[in-house]
Amino acid sequence: MAVNTDAIGKTYPPTHYAVGREKVKEYASAVGERNPIHLDHEAARAAGFADVVAPPMFAVVYSQPSMLPGLFDPDLGIDFAHLVHGSQEFRWGPLVIAGDEITTTLAITDISERGGMGFYVFETDSRNQNGETVCVGIWTNIVRTG
Amino acid sequence: MVAGDTFELTVTPDRYLTVRYAGASGDFNPIHIDEEFAKQVGLPGRILHGLWTMAQVARAHTEALGGPDKLERLSVQFRGMGVMEEEVVVSGTVREVDSERAVVQSQATQNGKRIIRNGEATIRL
Repeated sequence: MAVNTDAIGKTYPPTHYAVGREKVKEYASAVGERNPIHLDHEAARAAGFADVVAPPMFAVVYSQPSMLPGLFDPDLGIDFAHLVHGSQEFRWGPLVIAGDEITTTLAITDISERGGMGFYVFETDSRNQNGETVCVGIWTNIVRTG
Repeated sequence: MVAGDTFELTVTPDRYLTVRYAGASGDFNPIHIDEEFAKQVGLPGRILHGLWTMAQVARAHTEALGGPDKLERLSVQFRGMGVMEEEVVVSGTVREVDSERAVVQSQATQNGKRIIRNGEATIRL
């Protein structure tokens, strides 16, 4: 079964995410962060930040809403029963702080087939309220096409 | 920091970790939180979220190399599957250092099997 490559280059409307103090603390706890700037807003302020600092991998949280229209796009036709997360890259800019407003845009940058599997490469570009790119994510989703 | 420096982080996810991480991250794929569902789709049981394991790789770098602002880039490949109640070992090796940046290679293993391989990071100095 050949994959449909027509959606290469497709982009989706931006999504918005308001970074909350308690969400950052919850995420930081779940991934075992021990640096108090992620867990305690007083410690973060003492270190010179306006509020708790999101760990770099918090990018997963603020960019996730942007992924859903792509994952469920009938133009891609991704088969969830055979979906595997193959690889992941993030490139980070300025730190994200509770109180930031993040806008993320999704693009489908590549679709290909190798060894009977479909490779769907999603790229997310996340910017803060000042227009600075805080994170670019490259998400490679693999679907066994049979 | 010089080429050849190494660091390691070990962490043992408890049996409810994937439930907490699902809530914290918003990834509620049932293969991570529903034992019966996971078995129905041919897995041995609930498995770790790959992005949780990647977060351990990221944390190994930020704890060893100077804080979250130092991590400029991290890429990984996911392989196999991670499970709860078994120790995860993240190991990293500094490969190159110049005046502004370092390049670090890393992996994560569980029971000697790599669950993340070809980790590569760029660190701001």
